[in-house]
Amino acid sequence: MPKSLFEKVWDAHAVRNLANGQTQLLIGTHLIHEVTSPQAFGMLRDLNLPVLMPTRTFATVDHIVPTDQFVEPYADPLAQAMMDELRKNCADNNVTFFDRESGKQGIVHIVGPEQGITQPGTTIACGDSHTSTHGAFGAIAFGIGTTQIRDVLATQTMALGKLKVRRIEVNGQLHPGVYAKDVILHVIAQLGVNGGTGYAYEFAGTLFDSFTMEQRMTVCNMSIEGGARVGYVNPDQTTVDYLQGRPYSPTGADWDAAVERWLGFASDPDCSYDDVVVIDAANIAPSVTWGINPGQGITIDQTIPDAAIATSDDEKSSIIEALEYMKLTPGAPIKGTPINVAFLGSCTNGRLSDFREVAKFIAGRKVADGIKAIAVPGSQIVAAQCEKEGIDKVLSEAGFEWRAAGCSMCLAMNPDKLIGDQLCASSSNRNFKGRQGSTTGRTILMSPLMVAAAAVTGHVADAREVFEVGEPVLA
Amino acid sequence: MALEKISAITGSAVYVPGNDIDTDRIIPARFMKCVTFDGLGEYLFYDVRKDADGNDRTHPLNDERFKSATILLSGANFGCGSSREHAPQAIQKYGFRGVVAENFAEIFFGNCTTLGIPCAVAARADIAKVAAAIEANPAVEVTIDVDAQAVRFGDDSIPAEIRGSARDALLNGRWDAIAELHEGVPQVQTVAAVLPYMAT
Ligand code: SF4
Repeated sequence: MPKSLFEKVWDAHAVRNLANGQTQLLIGTHLIHEVTSPQAFGMLRDLNLPVLMPTRTFATVDHIVPTDQFVEPYADPLAQAMMDELRKNCADNNVTFFDRESGKQGIVHIVGPEQGITQPGTTIACGDSHTSTHGAFGAIAFGIGTTQIRDVLATQTMALGKLKVRRIEVNGQLHPGVYAKDVILHVIAQLGVNGGTGYAYEFAGTLFDSFTMEQRMTVCNMSIEGGARVGYVNPDQTTVDYLQGRPYSPTGADWDAAVERWLGFASDPDCSYDDVVVIDAANIAPSVTWGINPGQGITIDQTIPDAAIATSDDEKSSIIEALEYMKLTPGAPIKGTPINVAFLGSCTNGRLSDFREVAKFIAGRKVADGIKAIAVPGSQIVAAQCEKEGIDKVLSEAGFEWRAAGCSMCLAMNPDKLIGDQLCASSSNRNFKGRQGSTTGRTILMSPLMVAAAAVTGHVADAREVFEVGEPVLA
Repeated sequence: MALEKISAITGSAVYVPGNDIDTDRIIPARFMKCVTFDGLGEYLFYDVRKDADGNDRTHPLNDERFKSATILLSGANFGCGSSREHAPQAIQKYGFRGVVAENFAEIFFGNCTTLGIPCAVAARADIAKVAAAIEANPAVEVTIDVDAQAVRFGDDSIPAEIRGSARDALLNGRWDAIAELHEGVPQVQTVAAVLPYMAT
């Protein structure tokens, strides 16, 4: 019987049925970071259980690392304590740790792919909701809680119920100035922040076929923002080419066998899905959020919604709550909304292609007066490559602070934070109240080039007008 | 590792209205700088409970009448956002033993179940009935009946679904999967042995 990738990977990793009807699923690759793992190691010690397969867990540090302080101890003793704890847990249990000295440290969802640890047909778990990123490679990747991290450390498995699969097929080509970020914001605005509950999202169609791995990662990254715990793209030659020669990729005869296996995991053409949604890429425009969840999005030409458009009482109250928090005027164009901070980075858009794209257009331009602009590479490897290509210089000359790798201003666990009700044009993935470190801080999500456009104009702007965005561009 | 069989939770309740209450709201990220979960309870809903100076704002959890509540009632899409277990841990450490809402975000629901916190799904109008009853009498005894899939309060009761596998796990004392998963380890090794990428 024809099967989807999800079913094939699931079947290959199902160990047995559990008494409650769930499946004991083998987790081939486990990624950990400093925020959610220390408690799990603590639980393991309490139970007196060892790490079952230490070579299948990989660690890095991302959330708490300062992006402008390199020497330990860190100014924040709590951050230092988390760092020390992770280092100790990895050493005690023989877990590979991509520490800062390794030159390979970075946001966990950037490090896994970069190292070739993220591979097609595998199961991946990490105590972080954006683990769905790894699905770009045709892996089934779950964000999990700390107790499940304990389960994976102790048994290399976890208890899970099978998901349904929704195919989201996007066909055609994006207009110039429209990016992968806009594709996922469009999907979330269309299907809702809960639309994916109970589903794995299979992203397919000719647009995804033409996408680079980095573009695929941007989309899969935000599956969780649409309520889907898992998002994936079927592996193809693009996937294979990306993985060739990476540190953890197979070599020699193993490589050929692996490629054949990997491609075999792709969904069979005639398999059935629980749901199918078809989108025309030509209908996707540069998108921005205006509210306090990623589903509250509009295109750059639209006006800020009025509660009157609500079709239910719930929607009405959520629009009112969002407008009040965002201090935005209903009916006004979103374009022209003054910003205070511009943030380039995160596991959604902190990759090489993101910085390359911005550098290409921002060269020779200047960040507007009074705007704090920071550019934070997602990993040390991204940083090094940007520095090699001179991208750091282009951005610095334009007025962006060029920082060291980490989650930075995506969330409030390190010194990079909004102050008061500052409004941030952000290439990250969450615009929840208080997300960027100030309880009244405001976030507008957008693509990296739109962040650059906001930085140079000082307000939310259409990158296609600010820069000369010509023929179709990919990022 | 015998676990408690959770067939019902009884106590007083508090209603925290609102939809899409995300995990950042439940436990702001800055309180996640910790290496154990102990002490998270006091930061539950911190930014909506406290003003910038740390003084209490008007919030159901700051209301003296509901201080001893062990059951939390809320709206739709409760627990959306991040996978952080800090959120259910904060709810549990604060003293809550069960949650009733219109529906729950997936990861949050799973995390709660693993901690032995039943998450019951009820209709909005029904939750409003319970909310009205506790508003009228904060001491009213509320029971999340996991077995009967109902929430009882005073002489009244509303249907409250607890999804199949979670209900079964709670009722049979299997909500923490570790023991059962551990029994499967020999089979785990067999499945792993045929996956080339796991040989490294
Ligand atoms: S960049 Fe943001 S979303 Fe991504 S892992 Fe870090 S904190 Fe989470």
